[in-house]
Amino acid sequence: MSLFDYTLRELQEKLHNQEIRVTDLVDESYKRIEEVDGQVKAFLTLNEEAARAQAAELDQQRGDSSAKLFGLPIGVKDNIVTKGLRTTAGSQILSNFNDPLYDATVVNKLNDAKSITIGKLNMDEFAMGSSNENSSYDAVRNPWNTDYVPGGSSGGSAAAVAAGEVPYSLGSDTGGSIRQPAAYCGVVGLKPTYGRVSRFGLVAFASSLDQIGPITRNVEDNAFLLETIAGHDNMDSTSANVEVPNYSEALTGDVKGLKIAVPKEYLSEGVSSEVKEAVQAALQKYEELGATWEEVSLPHSKYALSTYYLIASSEASANLARFDGVRYGKRAEDAETMLDMFKRSRAEGFGDEVKRRIMLGTFALSSGYYDAYYKKAQQVRTLIKNDFEKVFADYDVIIGPTTPTPAFKIGDKVDDPMTMYANDILTIPVNLAGVPGISIPCGFSSNGLPIGLQIIGNHFDESSVYRTAHAFEQATEFHKQRPSLGGARS
Amino acid sequence: MSRISKDEVKHVANLARLAITEDEADTFTKQLDDIITYAEQLNELDTEGVAPTTHVLDLKNVLRKDEPKEWLNKEDVLNNAPEHKDGQFKVPSVLE
Amino acid sequence: MNFETIIGLEVHVELKTASKIFSPSPNMFGDEPNTNVNPIDLGYPGVLPVLNEEAVNYAMKAAMALNCDIATDTKFDRKNYFYPDNPKAYQISQFDQPIGENGYIDIEVDGEKKRIGITRLHMEEDAGKLTHSDDGYSLVDYNRQGTPLVEIVSEPDIRSPKEAYAYLEALKNIIQYTGVSDCKMEEGSLRCDANLSIRPIGQEEFGVKTELKNLNSFSFVQKGLEFEEVRQQKELLSGGEILQETRRYDEQTKETILMRVKEGSDDYRYFPEPDLVPLHIDEAWKQRIFDQIPELPAARKKRYIEELDLPEYDAMVLTNNKELSDFFEETIAEGADIKQASNWLMGEVSAYMNKNYKELHELALTPASLAKMIKLIEDGTISSKIAKKVFSELVEKGGDPEKIVKDKGLVQISDEGQLTEIVTTILDNNPQSIEDYKNGKDKALGFLVGQVMKETKGQANPPMVNKIILAEMEKR
Repeated sequence: MSLFDYTLRELQEKLHNQEIRVTDLVDESYKRIEEVDGQVKAFLTLNEEAARAQAAELDQQRGDSSAKLFGLPIGVKDNIVTKGLRTTAGSQILSNFNDPLYDATVVNKLNDAKSITIGKLNMDEFAMGSSNENSSYDAVRNPWNTDYVPGGSSGGSAAAVAAGEVPYSLGSDTGGSIRQPAAYCGVVGLKPTYGRVSRFGLVAFASSLDQIGPITRNVEDNAFLLETIAGHDNMDSTSANVEVPNYSEALTGDVKGLKIAVPKEYLSEGVSSEVKEAVQAALQKYEELGATWEEVSLPHSKYALSTYYLIASSEASANLARFDGVRYGKRAEDAETMLDMFKRSRAEGFGDEVKRRIMLGTFALSSGYYDAYYKKAQQVRTLIKNDFEKVFADYDVIIGPTTPTPAFKIGDKVDDPMTMYANDILTIPVNLAGVPGISIPCGFSSNGLPIGLQIIGNHFDESSVYRTAHAFEQATEFHKQRPSLGGARS
Repeated sequence: MSRISKDEVKHVANLARLAITEDEADTFTKQLDDIITYAEQLNELDTEGVAPTTHVLDLKNVLRKDEPKEWLNKEDVLNNAPEHKDGQFKVPSVLE
Repeated sequence: MNFETIIGLEVHVELKTASKIFSPSPNMFGDEPNTNVNPIDLGYPGVLPVLNEEAVNYAMKAAMALNCDIATDTKFDRKNYFYPDNPKAYQISQFDQPIGENGYIDIEVDGEKKRIGITRLHMEEDAGKLTHSDDGYSLVDYNRQGTPLVEIVSEPDIRSPKEAYAYLEALKNIIQYTGVSDCKMEEGSLRCDANLSIRPIGQEEFGVKTELKNLNSFSFVQKGLEFEEVRQQKELLSGGEILQETRRYDEQTKETILMRVKEGSDDYRYFPEPDLVPLHIDEAWKQRIFDQIPELPAARKKRYIEELDLPEYDAMVLTNNKELSDFFEETIAEGADIKQASNWLMGEVSAYMNKNYKELHELALTPASLAKMIKLIEDGTISSKIAKKVFSELVEKGGDPEKIVKDKGLVQISDEGQLTEIVTTILDNNPQSIEDYKNGKDKALGFLVGQVMKETKGQANPPMVNKIILAEMEKR
């Protein structure tokens, strides 16, 4: 058994009782990375020297710290800015961005809570992708079967937790980038309500959709981590000044009387029979636990994908314009003129998917097309948001699959952007509506790959999401299964 | 009918300051055309009078007090600069 | 063919808040390059803007002073363009919901009053500063990046370069009165782009307009527009056509020079800034700012005429410059005679400033010292002529007028006995003048007074000298 099979609370207790040292946890991380990361490729940059030094320092204070994440090793997605630690966002254009000059607000919170940053996690370039094949570094592999994708864009964050390299990590989710890889890798991933977690220091992809969230091995750890990173930040104008509840208290195991809505659109054609069966079995389990469920409709679901691609790409086209080779990042060699320098630096620094979305967004915002594409998408976004509001007037949570299918094989969908985009069809509406959603393991496919169950709550009601997820987890064993990656587990 | 022509793709690439080759322009034209064609499904919906959503939360008047703060060490400002000179960022001539 | 000229002006004014509009960096002019910057100003990955409340207050104040309607609901947008001084490659600006709209400024040109409309006033962030070198590179300093700006766009109401000049003077004056900006063109805290088109008189449709950029003073704006007006007329009269161009005014050759021909309109791809939430400005907020607006030039001018009994001309000259007007107010508050204070400021003080290219605050003269000097004239301690000597001392070195008068022995001679003695000597030496005066040549009296003044180095009390000469001549 690995130390990381314990919950975060259990590890803290062990640290407190001096059964283990912080150094043991950090050792465990780097040892496991050494063993398996050659296959998984979850990490882009390691923070080993600083992490070990910090561990040694914390070991001096062991027992007398009440810091929330005292000594717990974490992996951070590489689009979250870390002072003095290279931050690439999975892109070549930032391959030399070794000193980002400041820490993201969530990183400040992790540091204040005395967690230890093990390293930066691989991802699709600028969080654009659903398979990690768009990382401009190595593609991350699914720890359950390394021929398969781990999902994306937080593929490194999900795979590192699934592979036991770190007990928990941070990801970011713009259209499913936490939940989809969590589903593919059999771990727990939450996208909080928009505005719940500060975006300050998150390399922006689509500002109105992006959220940072926790990826963990179980629901309890997830709630524990969200308590640390959530909260109002006066550096982020879109961060909500709403009190952060004690999520751990929501984990009662009791879902009696819980009203679950199951959108018929989430179990329609395109969703594989294995996934449908796993979700139906989960609903059966909830009934056994005393909850009730009913079929509802989110009628505009089928428009979510188009809406998302127009809005996200438009925002991205502006957000990624700052990578121009002037102040940081890659600059093309020997450019004679400024225009040449801009164009070549960006052409050389960005991958195809990023270019595609920048061009789509530029087109959607350009003169003569704005109303037809960008504004239209924003209007449809209103309709999608209203769909959710109507359902949450009568129900506590919405449940469905996280993804239409389990993980697919590496290389299967790279040539066809539209098929690739369809992976996010069930997670995207949640970002458009700004509501919280979690993915938890709810079964395995015939070829042994995890299946994710998505639980969606109303704005700022992560508590109900956690309570629902936790009750299922308590009643099942899926989350306890581990991939049999090569390398001995202690 | 195609939704975006190769010339438009080149125009858009120029607006976005991306150098693209002829081959890339062909590929992107096809791919973007597919995506835009798919996205035109939104035209099925009557959105007359529907307010656009820019912010999913109804926040207003988020303001900061007018208090100056020092943040960076002055010597760090140029740390990641590809090129610099006399404390300034150096770029190829803007005059063409 | 006779043409009508149509001019539009876009004025950018930097607001002098303590910190920048979207980042807490100090808002300072003239520091070492890249010292007032943080990751937000540098457009680092992951940074976010947070709006400075004071920048909104200042923008509102400027908009109200320019008679604009203040938007109840307003927001920010991204204006996308690549340039090295624009670190995010978008400028946060306001597109379709500016904070102020439908304002106006009243101007006066050659005695005629005219109202010039203001289409809009919107908030935005300033860019960094680019310096070009001859060796094929440019350098970027981001200190200015994020300085709060308001852009003020005029309606196409201006019909001559002279009106354009008057509009700019009036605009600058009003903004200076509000205190939200220094409006120093030489430091770039006020910048102006102008556009001009002409059309045959009677034609409804506007002609093609050319834009003038990099105008470094109001008089260059006027001169550039004057050149452009004539150039366009010549072009059309010779059968040519006007192209949509951006031109600059060359101060040496006094011509406008083509910078680039515009092809279509720029595509800035404006869209609502997702990182900033909308602003809702309720009545209470508007009222609070409205109450803070000080007396503006028009009101002050009216008060000078009605309450201080100043001639309209004096009232206009004084209030056209806030610094001058404030100086005037302080001078009369120190007890100086109103008309005397006005005369001195419009006369000697202004002449000195013009001659030495100095502004009021750069002079050693203070309202208190000017007031004291005027009082010395009033009570007869010094003559107006002597006062000019005192003034040149005060304006160069400052000090106490009384002490200057005493130290330099400039006190007026008003002692009748002493003056009579001098007059007697002068009369003795100039019998011809007495003769001339008695024969009706009044000029002779002036000559005699002059001789006395010369003898006393200007210190004799002139009315007394006059009186004594007349009396003494009677006796002879």
